[in-house]
Amino acid sequence: MTLFIEQCLNGLQFGLLLFLLAAGLTLVFGIMDLVNLAHGSLYMVGAYFAATFAAFTGSFVLGAVLALVATLLVGMAVEVIAMRRLYGRDHLDHVLGTFGLILFFDESVRLIWGPAGLSLPLPPWLNTSVQILPGVHYSAYRLAIIVVTLAVAAFLYFLVMRTRIGMLIRAGASNREMVGALGVNIKLLYTLVFGLGAALAGLAGLMQAPILTVEIGMGEKILILAFVITVIGGIGSIRGALVAAIFVGFIDTLGRAFFPDMLRLMFTKEVAATAAPALSSMLIYLLMAIVLIVKPEGLFSAGNR
Amino acid sequence: MTAKLTVRNVVVAALLIALALLPVYAEFGGNRFVLTLFTRIVILAMAAVSLNLILGFGGMMSFGHAAYLGIGGYAVGILAHEGVTSGFVQWPVALAVSALFALVIGALSLRTRGVYFIMITLAFAQMAYYIVSGLARYGGDDGLTIYKRSQFFEPLNLSSKVQFYYLCLALLYGSVYVVYRLINSRFGLVIQGARSNDTRMRAIGFPTYRYKLACFVIAGTMCGLSGALLANHTDFVSPAMMYWTRSGDLIIMVVLGGMGSVAGPVFGAVALLVLEEVLSSITEYWQIILGPLLLLVVLFARGGIDGLLRQAGPKPEQKVHQ
Repeated sequence: MTLFIEQCLNGLQFGLLLFLLAAGLTLVFGIMDLVNLAHGSLYMVGAYFAATFAAFTGSFVLGAVLALVATLLVGMAVEVIAMRRLYGRDHLDHVLGTFGLILFFDESVRLIWGPAGLSLPLPPWLNTSVQILPGVHYSAYRLAIIVVTLAVAAFLYFLVMRTRIGMLIRAGASNREMVGALGVNIKLLYTLVFGLGAALAGLAGLMQAPILTVEIGMGEKILILAFVITVIGGIGSIRGALVAAIFVGFIDTLGRAFFPDMLRLMFTKEVAATAAPALSSMLIYLLMAIVLIVKPEGLFSAGNR
Repeated sequence: MTAKLTVRNVVVAALLIALALLPVYAEFGGNRFVLTLFTRIVILAMAAVSLNLILGFGGMMSFGHAAYLGIGGYAVGILAHEGVTSGFVQWPVALAVSALFALVIGALSLRTRGVYFIMITLAFAQMAYYIVSGLARYGGDDGLTIYKRSQFFEPLNLSSKVQFYYLCLALLYGSVYVVYRLINSRFGLVIQGARSNDTRMRAIGFPTYRYKLACFVIAGTMCGLSGALLANHTDFVSPAMMYWTRSGDLIIMVVLGGMGSVAGPVFGAVALLVLEEVLSSITEYWQIILGPLLLLVVLFARGGIDGLLRQAGPKPEQKVHQ
């Protein structure tokens, strides 16, 4: 039972982390109609910045804040230099152009930080476990991730639904030309939205850094998951991204933890041992296929796209 | 049709002849490595030609085409591992499995459009990637070494570099011809019509879903064949063959060469892989040049190499895609 609660919390934590990535992706897609494969690169860059700044300043929190700002700036620079020219183009052009950016980012990181991975050690006050229920302990850091991401989700909700910028973002998602025609500085808005998406990706990267190693290609793996989430949730919908992210986080984590045992109950040991790893990593893709077959526009589609 | 003497047609002919004469150069120039490189290029060019059929002509932006490379390759690899080395068994199985996979994936994916189609094909390819990674009996993540290449009748011997190159080249030319015939047939016109305006094609009375599905399966099967060739070329199969960045490479070849032109992907494959080879000989960090280069191609050279060739010389009258 303890294991089950722990795995559920792990699933929630992973799901919320994925939400940060998916939210940025879905914002950029919903508003600029841009498929950004390089989103995972910003996640990677965030993690590398955090590891570097934390080692430099000697403080985890200060390093994280600096990394967040740096990723925001990198994102805005990428928008101004490259992405801006891709708006209004074919989706295939986006795929290709941003694929080029991935190569560029991966290789730049290799050039700057070298091919070996980095690690980001946790400060002692986070590297402990807390008692959440009588007899149930849980990693303080993972709990901190859950709290931070929930706060970010609440902030995003407030930003998008309750502020003037959020109003423009929503208006831009439903009709870009009209917002531009009404005299809004669309270029600046786009740069800000892209920067926000980059910062969210960077935040996810730097929070994941102490759990995994910081390495080249870490963005590509998680990017696909983020795409799956945006598609399940409905492209352009932040609410959909949140629901789908938590769903995917749970299924992936619980699937990996308990699916092999379930298979062992139904089949022989050999079958379970060979099939389980493949099947448990397939689960989310199966989920996505089912969602798309039943609702081709995703669970919470933002508009007619 | 009679081909006109345009710059583009001359260059295409020159490329086809140069590819055919390459082993002669390799033999007399003493450069054996170039033959290995170009065998790989020819095989991947075939995969790109098949992708172009659905991407360029059908407008179906599949981001999971490398899955068929892997499936074709693993069909050969697994059969060889189990002791079945006859090419007469291996290759038909590779084709059949690829076709079946394409049929299932296509039937599901074609219900969606636009970005959703890109994403769902990507997801299915990743699914295939994880299935293969989980095959502990066949090497899992580490891949599977093939100790004996596919066996055919005497005197065809795939272990001979020159023979294998010509076999791959013949299959590449064959697939270019098949695509050429397909897109100029009634079937191909329906596919291209559905790319321009699906609703209108349906209104005229064409069941475009079935046409597109058939096209998707043909492309998948063709790519499965090049997967079987690739497995024989490297004597090794691994899940990396079907990782999503590989699908990205195939898309690059198609777009770089020129979408919707039959010979375009061949140019794209040659250009990309030779460029990779040249850049990596200049610097270890060659991708830092290639990445921005791709972005520039997207931004400024929209028709790819084929588009540039078309612009060179007098404008031919506009006909059906050729």
